[in-house]
Amino acid sequence: MGTLKAHRAVTSMEKSSSPSPFRDGNTEAQEGKIHERCPSPPPSPGGPSLLARISTHFTAFKAAALIQRWYRRYMARLETRRRCTWRIFQSIEYAGQQDQVKLHDFFSYLVDHFTPNSNHERDFLNCKFTTERFLQDSEMEKGSDYESIEVPDNYTGPRLSFPLLPDHATALVEAFRLKQQLHARYVLNLLHETRKHLVQLPNINRVSTCYSEEITVCGDLHGQLDDLIFIFHKNGLPSPERAYVFNGDFVDRGKESVEILMILFAFMLVYPKEFRLNRGNHEDHMVNLRYGLTKEVMHKYKTHGKKILKILQDVFCWLHLATLVDEKVLILHGGVSDMPDLELLAKLDRHKVLTTEVVVSTLGRKTRRQKGKQPAKEKAARVPAPELALRPGRLHLGSRGGTGPAAPPASPAAAARPGDPGLDGAGSRQAPQEPGGGEPPALHARSRLGSPEPLQPTQEAWKQVVDILWSDPMAQEGCKANTVRGGGCYFGPSVTEQLLQKYNLQFLIRSHERKPEGYEFCHRRKVLTIFSASNYYEVGSNRGAYVKLGPALTPYIVQYQANKETHRLTMRQRISRVEESALRSLWEKLFASSLDLLGEFKKHDADKTGLITLSAWAEAVESVLHLGLPWRMLKPQLVNSSTDNTLEYKSWLEDLAKEQLSRENIQSSLLETLYRNRPNLEAIFRITDSDHSGFISLDEFRQTWKLFSSHMNIDITDDCICDLARSIDLNRDGHIDINEFLEAFRIVEQSSTEGDTSDCPQATNTDNSGCSKPSKR
Amino acid sequence: MVSPLPELVIAEFHKKIKDAFEVFDHEANNTVDVREIGTIIRSLGCCPSEGELHDLIVEVEEEEPTGYIRFEKFLPVMTKVLLEKRYRPIPEDILLRAFEVLDPSKRGFLTKEELIKYMTEEGEPFSQEEMEEMLSAAIDPESNSIRYKDYIAMMVVDDG
Repeated sequence: MGTLKAHRAVTSMEKSSSPSPFRDGNTEAQEGKIHERCPSPPPSPGGPSLLARISTHFTAFKAAALIQRWYRRYMARLETRRRCTWRIFQSIEYAGQQDQVKLHDFFSYLVDHFTPNSNHERDFLNCKFTTERFLQDSEMEKGSDYESIEVPDNYTGPRLSFPLLPDHATALVEAFRLKQQLHARYVLNLLHETRKHLVQLPNINRVSTCYSEEITVCGDLHGQLDDLIFIFHKNGLPSPERAYVFNGDFVDRGKESVEILMILFAFMLVYPKEFRLNRGNHEDHMVNLRYGLTKEVMHKYKTHGKKILKILQDVFCWLHLATLVDEKVLILHGGVSDMPDLELLAKLDRHKVLTTEVVVSTLGRKTRRQKGKQPAKEKAARVPAPELALRPGRLHLGSRGGTGPAAPPASPAAAARPGDPGLDGAGSRQAPQEPGGGEPPALHARSRLGSPEPLQPTQEAWKQVVDILWSDPMAQEGCKANTVRGGGCYFGPSVTEQLLQKYNLQFLIRSHERKPEGYEFCHRRKVLTIFSASNYYEVGSNRGAYVKLGPALTPYIVQYQANKETHRLTMRQRISRVEESALRSLWEKLFASSLDLLGEFKKHDADKTGLITLSAWAEAVESVLHLGLPWRMLKPQLVNSSTDNTLEYKSWLEDLAKEQLSRENIQSSLLETLYRNRPNLEAIFRITDSDHSGFISLDEFRQTWKLFSSHMNIDITDDCICDLARSIDLNRDGHIDINEFLEAFRIVEQSSTEGDTSDCPQATNTDNSGCSKPSKR
Repeated sequence: MVSPLPELVIAEFHKKIKDAFEVFDHEANNTVDVREIGTIIRSLGCCPSEGELHDLIVEVEEEEPTGYIRFEKFLPVMTKVLLEKRYRPIPEDILLRAFEVLDPSKRGFLTKEELIKYMTEEGEPFSQEEMEEMLSAAIDPESNSIRYKDYIAMMVVDDG
């Protein structure tokens, strides 16, 4: 700790008065001064040549020192840029997660406040929220129908036959490396076999180093196939002597989640004892809706995608919750709470935990609005948000009737069975451990159409799983709610210590958080975070790592960066590339908030000079974006700094817009709002498109947009929306392709040549014909 | 614009220093690892030598060094540094002359070996890592030398 890089300790010396290029006596020399630490010149009996030589030596010494000093500063600035870039990505990502929270809020809000004006609208709403459940029931039954899927003769991709052999799995890796795609029939077959296999396995998987000499634990992959292939290449393929544990988050964000799943499941079937998979928070269909897996599956498998997603949803629920090595090392995805209960974790019906998406604020509002059905649950002290541990699923219609989409029956056969025993066999209605004595609200939901209740795990069991999958370690002591993620907690060193002592463990391996070096120890080396998706944000942004454990259980870390290119780039180039990408995202965010920014800037410009100080700029930007970024550090990249510390904010905003838009007339506030809400919109549309057809009808679009805008406080008339919808439906068939809709709102030109946009209000700039501006929030 | 009041200047410095500090404050508890102090100070526009840096660290460290530097101690010291405009950056032409001193025969370049020798044996020597990093960007692989004028021009533009 605390040691500086070694530098030669030399005795100090008074400033020499010998002539040198650095002491010209003018201002330059002042700036070129260096505090020198050289031995004093010895007396010179040897005459001028020796003296001259000594002078030269000093000069070379000083020159070198100067260069080094300059270079170190340069590197420091580079390092700072790297950190800032990292921060940008992180804060945008967390902001994205906050968006997810807002999405939940939106639906919740809708459900509570939206009064359907007509039966049509009411039906629409209910339909949206109940359809999925019924669809699932019938689809599940038909799901095993993969045998009827024909594989065309011209199919050149990999073929699987069961039972799977090691060669098949290896061939799969090779095929994917060559960018082939596995046919839907084999995908479904594999998934069904996987499910059959997983169902027999326990919640907590136990592995021993007696059998396989070494165990390799890998962290988040997030759809980055290159990293998986690299790991197998560098560490070796799985085998009875080479055990692997993959610690969750195999999917989402990266573009090859499907391929990763196929490989992981294949190896698991081939080496059931040695190849294990833990569930992560992304092995969850609700999370997948927003973060990419759903999209990827639908795009790659189109008509069969639906089936694949359905069974995948089930498979995810059957994954292990945790792995224990030699009863000493606990491996799980997120972390622990200060009330860990491994016994409960081992006993609970993990299959019933369909999704762990929990939202603190939403649930908070929900419970208070249950018309006094039960008081807000007070868990034992430490969690400030008592509503954390609530019912599964994103939303439900509570007293309105109907059940939430995420709370369908746990298994296909259970669909029509009323009165199914709950977790503890005695009915799941009671949450016995709850001091508040309340029950999860969803259990009160009466289905509007009289179908059976969803089966819920107890609240306590639910919470254990959420904690396992979502928690993060922190340096401070204690345990508090993880408000950034919206679920799980932040746990301190003593929580870890408590856990290790209680269960006689040596340390904890977890993932869930990206680290620049691919791994990080904390809590006095009792917690190891391992993250295997290298270049997570952008090429060169971080390394990935995996950890090997031998019988001695000493962790041995291997780092990598799965991209040949980066090795050849200098640090400067790597950082520039990553930085560019981060800045682009930041520009986008700034642009999307142009209107709000203008408002804030004006507040700082009481005299209406059109100028604000750079300090005011930093404050304003933070107050609008809430990204918690060091804006003053980023200023050089974002603002062409004027010499006298002021900024002409209007032209800065215009420059922002110019950067973002290719055509200047696409500058409606509607567009801006849509752009800002793009990620949310996408998720909303996917939910709206309940049959995953990739199309939504104009009517559905209208309804959804109306609901969305009423929540987001946007004042938009019906006509405006209709026009919007019509303008997007270019082929006039009454359906909107989701992708095309979103494309329309990226930075592309509105095709004024089509003629329909000229009718559309948003083509005009500020003259509000038919559309009012979004109200400031 | 009229030269701002000293209080405003100091307030602005405080914000700058806080921002820079926060970038390296991983645990959000107003401390940074002492090994990052140099980076922070340099990111604020200063260009101290290693020796000067060492002295600064002594000023901001706890009596019993913990390996961490607290913001409360760092802020006043750093503010003073900024106010006094200490450790100014090195202008391009001075830098050029430094290279020329190392290249007395005025060839316009230094060989890789010469650069390594000077950087690792003279002044405040580089660590191996620093040396390698510099070489990767500076050395022209074909001639195995650094054309320092071009090198400076490239680095300075990049510096922003």
